[in-house]
Amino acid sequence: MQHIILIGLSHKTAPVELRECIALTSEETVDTLADFRSHPDVNESVVFSTCNRVEILMAAQNSENAVQTAKTFLAQSKRIPVEQFEEALYIHHDEDAIRHIFRVASSLDSMMVGEPQILGQIKDAYLVATRQKTSGPLLNRLLHRAFSVAKRIRTETGIGGRAVSISYAAIELGRKIFGSLEKKKVLLIGAGEMAELAVEHLMGQQVGEIIVANRTFERGMALAGRFNGRAIHFDECIAQLKFVDVIISSTGAAAHVISWEDVKRSLRSRRNRPLFFIDIAVPRDIDPRINRLSNTYVYDIDDLQTVVEENIKDRTQEAAKGERIVEEATVKFQQWHESLKVVPTIVALREKVETIIDGEIEHTLTALNGLSSEERQALERMKAALVKKVLHHPTIFLKKNGCREDRTIYLDVTRKLFNLDK
Amino acid sequence: METLVVITCGFYFLSTAGYLFYLIFQKDFLQRAGFGLLLAGFAAHTVVLATGWYQSGHIPVRNLYETLLMAGWATAGIFLAFSRRFNLKIFGIYAAPLITLIMLVATQVPRVPGQAKPIFDNFWLVIHVLTIFLGEAALALACGAGVFYLLQERAIKTKHHGFFYKRLPSLELLDGVGYTCLIAGFTLMTFGLITGIIYAKSVWGRFWSWDPKEVWAGITWLLYAVLLHERLTVGWRGRRSAILAIIGFAIVLFTFFGVNFFLKGHHGVFTRF
Repeated sequence: MQHIILIGLSHKTAPVELRECIALTSEETVDTLADFRSHPDVNESVVFSTCNRVEILMAAQNSENAVQTAKTFLAQSKRIPVEQFEEALYIHHDEDAIRHIFRVASSLDSMMVGEPQILGQIKDAYLVATRQKTSGPLLNRLLHRAFSVAKRIRTETGIGGRAVSISYAAIELGRKIFGSLEKKKVLLIGAGEMAELAVEHLMGQQVGEIIVANRTFERGMALAGRFNGRAIHFDECIAQLKFVDVIISSTGAAAHVISWEDVKRSLRSRRNRPLFFIDIAVPRDIDPRINRLSNTYVYDIDDLQTVVEENIKDRTQEAAKGERIVEEATVKFQQWHESLKVVPTIVALREKVETIIDGEIEHTLTALNGLSSEERQALERMKAALVKKVLHHPTIFLKKNGCREDRTIYLDVTRKLFNLDK
Repeated sequence: METLVVITCGFYFLSTAGYLFYLIFQKDFLQRAGFGLLLAGFAAHTVVLATGWYQSGHIPVRNLYETLLMAGWATAGIFLAFSRRFNLKIFGIYAAPLITLIMLVATQVPRVPGQAKPIFDNFWLVIHVLTIFLGEAALALACGAGVFYLLQERAIKTKHHGFFYKRLPSLELLDGVGYTCLIAGFTLMTFGLITGIIYAKSVWGRFWSWDPKEVWAGITWLLYAVLLHERLTVGWRGRRSAILAIIGFAIVLFTFFGVNFFLKGHHGVFTRF
């Protein structure tokens, strides 16, 4: 039987300096696969390399040899002695390897649990392997299973829900206040990486006008140009309170830029439409007392950070559900994998044929009543002979000569042809 | 007839269970089940009322039992109608238990046989009863929207995003639903009061007789009128609007039950035991 072997290192076992050295570019991946394809010890292989992990998934008759091959290959192609990275390597066999690949694909093993990119990266790696014709019946099935497990975990658990970055958390809050952010007016006061990121996310929500106020008007103009917005002078901010819906503030000012009185005064002319302040500045730009005014909401950087932390906690809880799904799928896959041994397949094949003949005999006997017991025994003998003769060549073929190097494909085909897995 | 009432209650009860599980587990099929069961309950309920009406020949609101049945029916009907309009799945967790509660109370009150009086045969009475009940049902939903609004607003303001924050929709939507319910409820109630006054004139010869029920209905109407007026002129929305919707509905309940128990008046017979 072929074994499934996974060898690799990830952010959990190797520091970034080491991961950098081992990481494979896409050309290197192709070369690696080509090497493995011609190597006698490795029957199938898929290689994926992301910034957080490098993993080699293999199917081989002899796991020891395959592991050795992979190690020496990594050392040679990256020109690092094996001892330097051997410590960081993890090697999983069969059931453990299956579980590992399911967990990686579902993002349970990621640095940020639930991040959606990893599945796409594995799909790409698999595509490369199929193009290089290094993935065979075993790994094909394993990876397709992994994709569907990942999809199931994403839909059935909340692992990918809820924002885990400050700027997304702000958007999520905005949607809880306004429903849709479409056509809402945004005022950006000051500038800064996080504030600009938040505006970019808001633009993704089809917000209406974006107004930029900056102490240096030129800088404001430049930002407004980037966001397709309009720049105003810094002291016009207060007047804008009447019109805008979302205010993102991130200035270096020592005192509050917007005071409680400013907002209080503008509420009536706003006809109490909700107003959402996102205060990313430290020290704060927005008077926190404004949060107590009706229909006005103020979130500062710490509040958003708390939201993010809670969301991360949520994801971790959801991940536990994901682990259960992985466990279930692993057991199932392992059962199928075990069934690829020769003997179980031959037994299953024999049982299948016997059942068919039994059924037909039964069927015929109801029409022919009055058969003596000798005649019945003769039928039984005929059945035994039929089974034996029909299965003679297939059994010999599966057992030895027919497929010297890789039985997996023939076993798999046999099981499919006769529908042995039901 | 009696079995049909039990079946109706059963549907409503199961619907409540469905919505409760939906609240906890957040699976869409639970919400669909809750909605379907409520719909089935409403159909059975309609048959109950129609049979009652057909058999007695009068609109069935002659004692507290029948009145409550009608109130439950109106609430279910208004909820179903509004669910079509808004995609407010979570609202069922307010409406379904409310309807179930009304039905349970209805089955527990003694059935004083209602006397058939000739004054019950009146077109204005039928319109009066139907519009008042539907209006009050809409105001009940406005109250629910208000409660949800306050819960959600509290979560956002205090920055403790708990159980309800995830499950409730946006403030904007809750406020909008509350407002629509208020408009619908107020319009129906206005209509109900006018037809009631016309009916009073036609049977007692007076438009208004300072009956306690009339007075309290007037107070209720004024409160909602003020709320809507302020909303339209200066934009009273959000928290204030939500609180007033809740207070308003409390007064509606008092007008419905309290007046009959504590004060006397010509509506007493239908709603007292």
